[in-house]
Amino acid sequence: MTEQVDQGRRRLLTAATVGTGAIGVAFAAVPFLSSWQPSARAKALGAPVEVDASKLEAGQSLKVVWRGQAVFIVRRIKGVIDQLGAHDAMLADPKSEDSNQPDYIKSRPAPRARNPEYWVGLAVCTHLGCSPLGAYEANNSFQVAGADLGANWPGGFYCPCHGSRYDISGRVFKSQPAPKNLAVPPYAFATAARIVIGVDDAPKKV
Amino acid sequence: MVKSWVLMTMTLLCAGAAVAEEGEIALLPSGADINDTESLQRGARNFMNYCSGCHSLKFVRFNRLAADLKIPESDLAGTLMFTSDKVFDTVNSAMPADSETWFGKQPPDLSLVARAKGPDYVYSLLKGFYVDKTRPWGVNNLYLASAAMPHVLEQLQGLQKPVFKNEPDAHGSARMVLAGVDAMTPGALKPEEYDQFVRDIANFLDYAGEPVKEKRQSLGVFVTLFLLVFFVFAYLLKKEYWKDVH
Amino acid sequence: MAAAPQSADSSKGGRLIGWIDQRFPLTKLWKDQVAEYYAPKNFNFWYYFGSLALFVLVIQLVTGIFLAMNYKPSAAEAFASVEYIMRDVNWGWLIRYLHSTGASAFFIVVYLHMFRALLYGSHRKPRELLWIFGCLIFLLLMAEGFMGYVLPWGNMSYWGAQVIVSLFGSLPYIGGALVDWIRGDYYIADATLNRFFALHVAALPIALIFLVIAHLMALHEVGSNNPDGIEIHDHKDAAGHPLDGIPFHPYYTVKDLFGVAGFLLLFCAVIFFAPTFGGLFLESPNFEPANPLQTPPHIAPVWYFTPFYAMLRAVPSFAGTQVWGVLVMGASIVVLFFVPWLDRSPVLSIRYRGPIYKVMLTIFALSFICLGICGLKPPSGIYPTLAKICTVLYFAFFLLMPWYTKFDSVKPVPQRVTGHG
Repeated sequence: MTEQVDQGRRRLLTAATVGTGAIGVAFAAVPFLSSWQPSARAKALGAPVEVDASKLEAGQSLKVVWRGQAVFIVRRIKGVIDQLGAHDAMLADPKSEDSNQPDYIKSRPAPRARNPEYWVGLAVCTHLGCSPLGAYEANNSFQVAGADLGANWPGGFYCPCHGSRYDISGRVFKSQPAPKNLAVPPYAFATAARIVIGVDDAPKKV
Repeated sequence: MVKSWVLMTMTLLCAGAAVAEEGEIALLPSGADINDTESLQRGARNFMNYCSGCHSLKFVRFNRLAADLKIPESDLAGTLMFTSDKVFDTVNSAMPADSETWFGKQPPDLSLVARAKGPDYVYSLLKGFYVDKTRPWGVNNLYLASAAMPHVLEQLQGLQKPVFKNEPDAHGSARMVLAGVDAMTPGALKPEEYDQFVRDIANFLDYAGEPVKEKRQSLGVFVTLFLLVFFVFAYLLKKEYWKDVH
Repeated sequence: MAAAPQSADSSKGGRLIGWIDQRFPLTKLWKDQVAEYYAPKNFNFWYYFGSLALFVLVIQLVTGIFLAMNYKPSAAEAFASVEYIMRDVNWGWLIRYLHSTGASAFFIVVYLHMFRALLYGSHRKPRELLWIFGCLIFLLLMAEGFMGYVLPWGNMSYWGAQVIVSLFGSLPYIGGALVDWIRGDYYIADATLNRFFALHVAALPIALIFLVIAHLMALHEVGSNNPDGIEIHDHKDAAGHPLDGIPFHPYYTVKDLFGVAGFLLLFCAVIFFAPTFGGLFLESPNFEPANPLQTPPHIAPVWYFTPFYAMLRAVPSFAGTQVWGVLVMGASIVVLFFVPWLDRSPVLSIRYRGPIYKVMLTIFALSFICLGICGLKPPSGIYPTLAKICTVLYFAFFLLMPWYTKFDSVKPVPQRVTGHG
């Protein structure tokens, strides 16, 4: 009365059904996992930021916000740019080997910029994330710290939270609380003085 | 020329006379088709040129619009984008928040009008303006009684006048009821051209209501086929094991 | 207690299972509840809906959690956050449609599941508590669905909430204060939305999960009923297993998998090709934001509430109050809890009952559907009268049951089950 159980057929059908089901579950998981990616609104809000630095004079800086973080743009004076390689011995990572930066910045360790006249970098201290004070801000208490480093000190950044000091290319000095140089975001020049932060290439504008 | 006017009048009268529910006038079929990309592109252009001054599409982003309607982003500026908005921004209107003083009512956002009322409603409304001296802008609308909206497309359609018919009320006394509209003065577009112009807008707003609709349907075909395969395997597996049961 | 595992499986997996078994009854649970839970072999089409209800519950929980990751429960942001999910969140539209279609699917499945019980007497002794847990699940499910519908804060969300919450105002003496207490404000407001969110996302799902577990425990305690309504444990083989029973695994795991496949075909067809289902699953007025100054032309609850809404509207005002409609609507659900005691028939399954029960059950099903249609329509034309008639027929099924089930003829009930699935 009972037929012989075809185990082979059962195994095959089980494999086919479970296999198809597993593929289906994998397909079904994709939308849920993908929904965690930055949404169109996040991408819109995190879009590249264009900065007009043409009004900056040598020695001035400004801060803009990109993806929720402050970004410094400093227009460095000529004397400072020339001196950039001079104090490498005082720096923890003069060649920026262990820094958060695009490749085109890594290839220029001293100026750490696409155009040495302007320095662009994240105003986020690599110690615990405080916002460092800029080199040329008024009431810069960094002037006090500057005296420790001698009269030829060319300026830089000073973090008020725990005293970390960086040079004017954002490179951290030796024996500071901060472990790394200030990070540099991707950026490009649309014109001689229009910087687009957040992209590696910007369409050149007239 | 005269023949087309007569034809249009007859169509409008017939459409107007078909009463939907308790005195409501039946909507005109729009013939909108979201698979017609060129119609959507024209509709987007028409909307930006004539409607976006007052009506926002605050849930629609320009870059999404460009991708779905197959318009290169570089073409957006000057054709669809007239302000300093970026491509990833939403379609905002210039209307300030206190515009009740201008129209008596804030022009509503139109992102979802086609989902709430249907593309036929949009089509009918844009074709349904008629002169009415008692209204602030001199026009009223067959499908939105006492509309606060002026006839923005008057230049293109021309003006229409209302048509009344005698419809006794519940007690049998005679009264004149609004039944349709009739052409009065011509506009810059021929009637068929105006219909297409308005159809494109209705089509575009239908797309704007649910931009993912086309992708949803094409994905659905794939999902249904996959599930059919799974269904067949599951059936064969069940049948195989249930051979044991007597 | 810590007994050595039965199978001396010395493979890595076997040793792991053995380690767990000494600390947690994993294998025992699997055997008792699944692999060696003997269910009647004659389950038919009507028996798919229990496992499908569990499946839909899981769908709602998972999609609901993912919606809550992007939804903003405030009157100012809720509507826009739903459109944000539909347009800006990757695949957000699919998660939303899964949840909205899932809600309607849940009620279709649950109504069919309950109907199965009435067909085969699954509410009768010793399964009265099983039935009561089920009625509680149904009650909480209605609350869950109602609150879920308010969350998008569309115009129908707002006005539906307004109408249903106002019903409580008709209760004498406490009505006014009660309504303010439910709303947390003097009108349906942000406070109302926020608390509905908390109840819908946390409180009710937790309660539902506990009730479902209790429901399954009550089922497994006495064993499943079957289309013949007979007790399979009355006839056992030498090993102590019911002669007409088969182990749930693999026979019903494989059959329920097939049921899930069929369900998914229909479910996905709706989601991908007709997610609003002609305005029944997602009502058109709800694509407009909540507007306290403008009521939609026809306020209708979602289809699965319309039978009860029709009963509410069918009862006229009397002695200056409309509370009677509210009471009748409440009674229509409370009466369900008493069915195990209203049914006096000596047999369980419709297969062995006489013609009276068959006629009454048919009338009941048709009047429930008819009430649903009446509830969708505006209260004019023939619908108000039809709703009144169908309300009477609905209650007649239950209230007359003690008599007609007693006087109905019965056919001889077999000792062993007839046919197999």
